[in-house]
Amino acid sequence: MRDIDISKITEAVKNMCIKANIDLNDDIYKAMEKARENERSPIGCEMLSQLLKNADIAKTDRVAICQDTGMAVVFVTIGQEVHITGGLLKDAVNEGVRQGYNEGYLRKSVVKDPFIRVNSNDNTPAIIYIDLVEGDGLKIDVAPKGAGSENMSKIFMLKPADGIEGAKKAVLEAVEAAGPNPCPPMIVGVGCGGNFEMSAYLAKRALLRPVGLHSDKPHIREMEEELLEKINRTGIGPQGLGGNTTALAVNIESMATHIACMPVAVNIGCHVTRHTSCEL
Amino acid sequence: MDIKVNAPLSKEEASKLKAGDIVKITGTVYTARDAAHKRMLEQYDKTGKFPFDMRNAVIYYAGPAPAKPGQVIGPAGPTTSYRMDSFAPKLMDFGQTGMIGKGARNKEVIEAMKRNKAVYFAATGGAAALISSHIKKCEIIAYEDLGAEAVRKLYVEDFPAIVVIDTEGNNLYESEKEKYRTL
Ligand code: SF4
Repeated sequence: MRDIDISKITEAVKNMCIKANIDLNDDIYKAMEKARENERSPIGCEMLSQLLKNADIAKTDRVAICQDTGMAVVFVTIGQEVHITGGLLKDAVNEGVRQGYNEGYLRKSVVKDPFIRVNSNDNTPAIIYIDLVEGDGLKIDVAPKGAGSENMSKIFMLKPADGIEGAKKAVLEAVEAAGPNPCPPMIVGVGCGGNFEMSAYLAKRALLRPVGLHSDKPHIREMEEELLEKINRTGIGPQGLGGNTTALAVNIESMATHIACMPVAVNIGCHVTRHTSCEL
Repeated sequence: MDIKVNAPLSKEEASKLKAGDIVKITGTVYTARDAAHKRMLEQYDKTGKFPFDMRNAVIYYAGPAPAKPGQVIGPAGPTTSYRMDSFAPKLMDFGQTGMIGKGARNKEVIEAMKRNKAVYFAATGGAAALISSHIKKCEIIAYEDLGAEAVRKLYVEDFPAIVVIDTEGNNLYESEKEKYRTL
C-alpha cells in the first residue's frame, strides 16, 4: 500500500487546470505551423497565423488561450495499491479545479442545473472519470473542454452491416455539420464500439492522444489517415473560412461491442484541445 | 488593405461592406450572449427599453475570462453565434446593424439582415488573448449577476474581423468552402 494525501491531488489538479488553459500543447502548435505551409487559402493562412500569434501571447502574458476555459474533464488512473488519505478523491479534484480556475483567472463556465442556469462561480463540479489499474501509481489527466466544439459532437448507433465505411461516413457527416462552429482546425476524437455511453467516453479519451500519434491497430490507423485526408478536402478550412486545413488529427479509440451494435461517437475538439497530465 | 469600420455602424456604412472584406473595427460595441439576449428582450417587454441604444448597435457575442490585475479585460474571443439566432432578428428589427461572432447563422437571421441592412462579422474563434489586446475600455452596464455573460460596453480599436455575411445575404462560409472543396 502507498498512501497519497489528497492535498497532493488538489495541488496537481490546480496547476494542471492553469497550465492546460495557458500553454497550447506543442503538438498542436507544430501541427498548425506545418498546416500553414500547406494551406492554399490566403484567408486560411491568415487565420492560422492569428491562432499561432494568439498562442504566443497567451504563453508570454500567462493568460488563457481562449476565454472559454471549459468544463474541467479529469481522468484519474489509480493503482489498486494506492490508499488515498485525508478525504475524498472527488472532493480533492474539485478543490483543485476551484483553486485553479480562481488563481489562473480562468472563466467560470459551469451552471448548477441544466434548466435553472445559475453559475456555480468556481467552475465545479468537474467531470471525473476514475479508472482502477494494477500497481501503486496515480496518474491524472486534466482536459478542460470548451462548449463550441463539445456542442458539435454526435453519437451514431449504426448497424453492424454499415461496416467501417458506414462509420467513416458518420464521422464525415458530423464534421460537415459542425462546419465553422467548433473553431477549426479541429482535432476529431472518435469512439467506436462498446455501447452507447462507452463510445462517447472513448471519443473523449481519444482527444488526449497527441496529434500525429496513430492507433496501433492497423485497420484503425488506416481509418484515421483516410478520414483526415477526406476531412481536409471538405473545404471548411481554418475558422470555416475555406481551405484545406479543417482538421489536424483524427484520433480513434475502439473496443469490443455487442453482436448487434456498432456505436460511433464523434467528440469534436477545437484548435485549443487542451490536455495535460502528471503522475504522483 | 484592411477596411476601417466604425461602431456604432450606420445602415449606409453597413451596406458598403461585402462578404470577404477584412476589417478593423473601432468604436463602441456591446457584449451579449444567450442569457443576456433573453434578458434584454424580457426587459424590453416590461419597460420598453434596452440597456443600450439598439439603433446602429454592434453586438459582440462574447463572455470574457476574468481580467488579471492591471488588465482592461481578460481573454475575450467570440462565442458560437447560432445560439443567438432566435433573438437576433428581433434586435435587428429594433435597429441593431452589426453582429460579431463565429459560426453559421440560420435563414431567419440572414433574412432579417437583408431587411434591416445589417452585417455579420466573424472574429477569430479561440484567438481570445490576441483579440483582448484590441479592447481598450470595458464597463459592465447590465445584468452583473450573469458574470461572464453580463452586458459590457467595450471601446475597441482596430478589432480584427471578417465580413462573413453582408447586407445582401452573401455568405463567405458557403462560397469559400465551395472553392476549396475537392471531395
Ligand atoms: S471551440 Fe475551442 S477555441 Fe472555440 S471558443 Fe470554444 S474553447 Fe475556444
